[in-house]
Amino acid sequence: MLTIKNLHATIDGKEILKGINLEVKPGEIHAIMGPNGSGKSTLANVLAGHESFEVSEGEVTFLGENLLEQAAEDRARNGIFLSFQYPIEIPGVSMVNFMKTAVNEHRKHNGLEPLKASQFLRLMEEKKKIVEISSQLTNRSVNEGFSGGEKKRNEIFQMAMLEPKLAILDETDSGLDIDALRIVANGVNTLKTPENATIVVTHYQRLLEYIVPDYVHVLYNGRIVKSAGKELAYELEAKGYDWIKEEAAE
Amino acid sequence: MIETKQYTAGEELVNLFTANREMYNEGCPVFMNGAREAALEKFYKAGIPSKSNEDYKYTDLRPVFQNDFEVVPRYVEQSVDLHEIFKCDVPQLNSHIILLINGWYYGRNRRVGEFPEGVICSSLQHAANEHPEIVEKHYNKYAAASADPMVNLNTAMAKDGLFFYVPDNVTIEAPVQVINIMYSKENTLALQRNLFVLGKNSEARIVFCDHTLNENYYILNNLSECHIEPDSRFGFFSVQNQHNGAVNITSFFANVEKNALLDTNTVTLNGGVVRNNIKVQLVGEHAHANVNGLTLADEKQHVDNFISIDHAVPNCTSSQLFKNILDDHSKGVFSGQIHVFRDAQKTEAFQQNNNVLLSETAEMFTKPRLIIDADDVRCSHGATVGRIDEDALFYLRARGIGEKEARLMIMFAFADQVLSQIAVPVLRERLEDLVERRLRGELGPCQHCTLNNKK
Repeated sequence: MLTIKNLHATIDGKEILKGINLEVKPGEIHAIMGPNGSGKSTLANVLAGHESFEVSEGEVTFLGENLLEQAAEDRARNGIFLSFQYPIEIPGVSMVNFMKTAVNEHRKHNGLEPLKASQFLRLMEEKKKIVEISSQLTNRSVNEGFSGGEKKRNEIFQMAMLEPKLAILDETDSGLDIDALRIVANGVNTLKTPENATIVVTHYQRLLEYIVPDYVHVLYNGRIVKSAGKELAYELEAKGYDWIKEEAAE
Repeated sequence: MIETKQYTAGEELVNLFTANREMYNEGCPVFMNGAREAALEKFYKAGIPSKSNEDYKYTDLRPVFQNDFEVVPRYVEQSVDLHEIFKCDVPQLNSHIILLINGWYYGRNRRVGEFPEGVICSSLQHAANEHPEIVEKHYNKYAAASADPMVNLNTAMAKDGLFFYVPDNVTIEAPVQVINIMYSKENTLALQRNLFVLGKNSEARIVFCDHTLNENYYILNNLSECHIEPDSRFGFFSVQNQHNGAVNITSFFANVEKNALLDTNTVTLNGGVVRNNIKVQLVGEHAHANVNGLTLADEKQHVDNFISIDHAVPNCTSSQLFKNILDDHSKGVFSGQIHVFRDAQKTEAFQQNNNVLLSETAEMFTKPRLIIDADDVRCSHGATVGRIDEDALFYLRARGIGEKEARLMIMFAFADQVLSQIAVPVLRERLEDLVERRLRGELGPCQHCTLNNKK
């Protein structure tokens, strides 16, 4: 589904990603862990098409096509979803209008008719249950005045609406209390199918107790320095990142 | 810049008046004509406003007065039926529609629907003769103190416009739509004078739509005075959609009495040079004024909103919200004054000016002016000039919304914070529609008019 080869990316001339290699297949859950500043969020943003980052080397194919040539909106329509670490507040743009436009852009891309207002509202009602998000929130402007937890739930709600093929969750656990974490993780697990894949970017092992990964990769200094099964997450939790840094230095 | 041009237009206008004084006085009562001389004197001394006039620092009007303009001191009957050639873009308000042409109340206005008993909606000149007891009491009472040369030019030379009177305890539900048309074979300087008087506990709304019907250069100097008696509610909405060769100078003076509410919104969609002077005086306790505006400008359009709100007595509230979206080489100006008089305690006055520049070459000048002479007040002001929020743009695109559409959504949301303040749903929706079309580039300067202007 997703193949990343020797990906290098820079921001303001500074190299953040220094040769990432990763292969994600349908049905898989990959966790990307690593200390602060290792490049985790950069990787997530580069995959979603953020234009502040410049890809200086390497290639990324998604569903057989060159991902790096695609604009952010085309990547989304082709099935990539980024759950933002810091969801943006957009005053004046209503959640309903935002989601309706987004859903219908996806439908258009897939050769489907736009949803009628009633169909759309029904879809929204159905998806809201997945993350237990209230109408009070969906009747507001996008993320405006939402608490940290509400913003993260709103991200997963949008994911439920758009049904991506590859979801990239960027620090979705940060700022969540244990109940909100459970709700968010439940939402992600409910949306999981054998056809779609998930990349979970996280600093802590905590989220991985709820969203169990097939693979864990440790990103350090712009490179994946270690990959293993889920047991690696426990090891990191117990031992911290220092031993990784030492290994990487050798 | 070296000054090479001689700016004599002001003097020419004074000479024009003095040479034709009889014609300017003709048909108007003494109280109107009496006001002309003092105003002319003030205009003569000040001349056409240039940048040396602090209040016109960013809007030099001398160049636009350089063209030769025809000034018509008598009503000219039109050879065509304006109702036939003109269809305004803000229709379906289910409202009374009044046409004015080149500043004159149109002689063949059709009565659309019936006003409640006692309401007067007519030519100002006509009303000044027929109802002097109402008109004289308020005519030039709120504008006279102004030092603005454009205001004084209007008082000196204007002869007609709209008069609108609502008696005590009368409510007019539907907005009254006033269509100010510029339409002439010559470049024209038009002077329009309006007076609105709202009796006690009355309610009405007026929508001004400013249009140009053909390509000539126009200057419209359009002044409205408005007196709102206690416990009344008045809405004044101005929708400006003139072509890029048109100059639209509007002045709005409101005198708001005890417990009365004034709601104004000035929406500039198109125009060459636009200057909106708004002066509100809160003279009775618990009066409230919302003074809002939205400007969408591109090409070389120039829009200057000059606001002044006086809190003359305690316990009044006011709120100003002005937004500009500026593209290409357009220029926006906002100057907003809040003046809290001595002893006007418990005043609450807020002001906000937010601007988005879409190009490197668009310019915005913003200046809050707060004069606070009382100590127990709440006043605030804020101004921002920025670009489209790139993070918000990426967020929308990351959900599959195309860049162009995402930009539109963000701009419209920005603009709609002004329009959403309009309490009349039908008017708000029509304006939202117009603004969206303008943002999409589907609404040119009076583009709808060209259809009706084939003759």
